[in-house]
Amino acid sequence: MKQSVFTILGNTALTDTVFQMVLQGDTSAITAPGQFVNIKLDGLYLRRPISVCDLCGDKLTIVYKAVGKGTETMSQMQAGEKLDVLTGLGNGYDMTLSGNDPVLLGGGVGVPPMYLLAKRLLAQGKNVSVILGFNTASEIFYEEEFKKLGADVTVTTVDGSYGIKGFVTDALQSMEYSYFYTCGPEPMLKAVYKASKTSGQMSFEKRMGCGFGACMGCSCKTITGYKRICKEGPVMQKEEILWED
Amino acid sequence: MGRLSVNLCGIPLENPVIPASGTFGYGYEYAELYDINCLGTFSFKGTTKEPRFGNPTPRIAECTSGMINAVGLQNPGVEKVISEELPKLKTCFHKPVMANISGFGVEEYAYTCEKLDKEEQVGWLEVNVSCPNVHGGGMSFGTDPKAAAEVTAAVKKVTTKPVIVKLSPNVTDIVSIAKACEDAGADGISLINTMLGMRIDLRTRKPIIANKMGGFSGSAIFPVAVRMVYQVANAVKIPVVGMGGVSCAEDVIEMMLAGATAVEVGAANLVNPYICKEIIEQLPAVMDKYRINTLSEIIGGVK
Repeated sequence: MKQSVFTILGNTALTDTVFQMVLQGDTSAITAPGQFVNIKLDGLYLRRPISVCDLCGDKLTIVYKAVGKGTETMSQMQAGEKLDVLTGLGNGYDMTLSGNDPVLLGGGVGVPPMYLLAKRLLAQGKNVSVILGFNTASEIFYEEEFKKLGADVTVTTVDGSYGIKGFVTDALQSMEYSYFYTCGPEPMLKAVYKASKTSGQMSFEKRMGCGFGACMGCSCKTITGYKRICKEGPVMQKEEILWED
Repeated sequence: MGRLSVNLCGIPLENPVIPASGTFGYGYEYAELYDINCLGTFSFKGTTKEPRFGNPTPRIAECTSGMINAVGLQNPGVEKVISEELPKLKTCFHKPVMANISGFGVEEYAYTCEKLDKEEQVGWLEVNVSCPNVHGGGMSFGTDPKAAAEVTAAVKKVTTKPVIVKLSPNVTDIVSIAKACEDAGADGISLINTMLGMRIDLRTRKPIIANKMGGFSGSAIFPVAVRMVYQVANAVKIPVVGMGGVSCAEDVIEMMLAGATAVEVGAANLVNPYICKEIIEQLPAVMDKYRINTLSEIIGGVK
C-alpha cells in the first residue's frame, strides 16, 4: 500500500455514465490485476475504492460508473487536476492457476479489472477468452480494447440489442476453458459460480471504510474463516465462498 | 522530557497522540506505511472474551464530515488476541500499548481484563462501556452510572494496570457517569465513543447500515467531544483522554485545553492513514504559533 498524489492525464466518457480516467503517478505498490485504489475527493469524508483497469509504467487507468456523489465529482474532473490516491490495495487475481485457456467474465463495471488481467495472461502466452456482459447495446464499453489485446471476445446483452442475448453465463455454457476469473454484480457472480465447470476466482464488492484492513467495515464469512474484502479480498477462490443467503 | 511528552496514569508518553480503538487494528496494517513507534501509544481493536464476527454488512455509511459504523466488535477473542495478535504487534511496536476491552456482562469484562493485564506489553486497560453497536452489552453499561461503576470495580479488583473507562456520549448526564467510575476506582476516563446515528438510502428507503443505526464519528462530532471532555475534566481528578473527531494538531491542542491529558484520533486514520504521524510532526510548529512551550502545561488550560 502506498499513498501518493496522481495527476489526471485524461478523463473521457465511454458511455452515458461510464468514464475512463488515466492517472500518472507512483504505481509501484500495484502488484496484481484485480487490486484497487482508494481515492480522496474534496468535500467527501471517505475515499472511493475503484478497481485498476490498466497499468503501463507510471500510468494508471481506472474505469468507473458515475453513480453517486463521489463518482459524479470524479466524472467532472479535468486533465491536470491532482488526486490523493492509496494504491496497491487488495489481493488481486492469482494468475498462476489459470491453465492455458482461461475465460474472463466481466459484467458492467466489473469489466475494467478484466482488462489488465487479460493483458497479463496474454503476455504469458495464454489463450484468453473474454465474455463481457451488459444490459443493453448503449452500455457497452471496452469491446474493441479487449480485441486489440488479442483476446477472443464475446459480448452479451440482457435485451439482445447486441451480441448474444442473455447473461454472461449463457455464453459460458458453450465454451471450453481451463479456469475462470470474474467480476460483476453479486447476482452475476452467483450465476457464474453455479454455471462454471472449473475452479476459478471472483472479485467482490462491499461498502468499505478504510480500504486497507483497519476498520473491519467490509468483513465477510468464508469457508476458510472471516475475511476482509479490502485486504484478504476482493478476490476469492470459488471453493472458499460462502454465500450469505 | 520533550515538549510533547505527557504522563498518562503514571506511564510517560512521548507525545499525547493515540490512534483510537477500532481504527488501527492491532497496528500492523499501519506499520506497513510508517514506523508506528512515533505514536504516544495506540489503543488496539476492541477485544471480547469470545471471538465475534460482528454485525452483518453494510457496516459503513458516509456522512457530511464523518461516517457511521456498525462493525459490532469483530475480533478474534481474547485468547487469540494474546496468542496471535500481540506477538505480531510486538514486532512492530515497542512501547506500552493500550488494550481495549468490551464485554456483555460484568464477569466477562473482568475475565478479559484480567487476561490482558498479565500481558507485558499492555500499559493501560481501556474498558469500553460505550459500544453503540452491540445489543445487551457495551453501551448499556455506559449509560447507567451504577452499571459503569460495577464494571469498573470488578475490573479493578482483578487488575494491576491503570484502568481507563471509555464513556459514551449518548447520555443526558456524562458527569455523573464519569464520577461514578472515578469513585469505583477508575484511573482515567476516555471519551467520547461514537454518537448513535443513522442514514437512509433514498432509493431503497432502507437504512444504509444493516444494523440500522451505528456510531457516528469524524470531524463533525469534534465540538461535542470538546464540550464533554471539558465537563468531565472539570468534575473528576483522574486524567481524561479526549477523543471524537480529532483530525489535526490544532484539534489536539484544543482537546488538551479542554482538559485532556492525551488525545485519541479515530476515524481520521481511515481516511488518511498517515494522520497521526503528520499530527505529531506538525505539533511543534502549531505550539510555536500559539506560544505553547510544553503540551503538559496546557492541560485543562481553557480560561
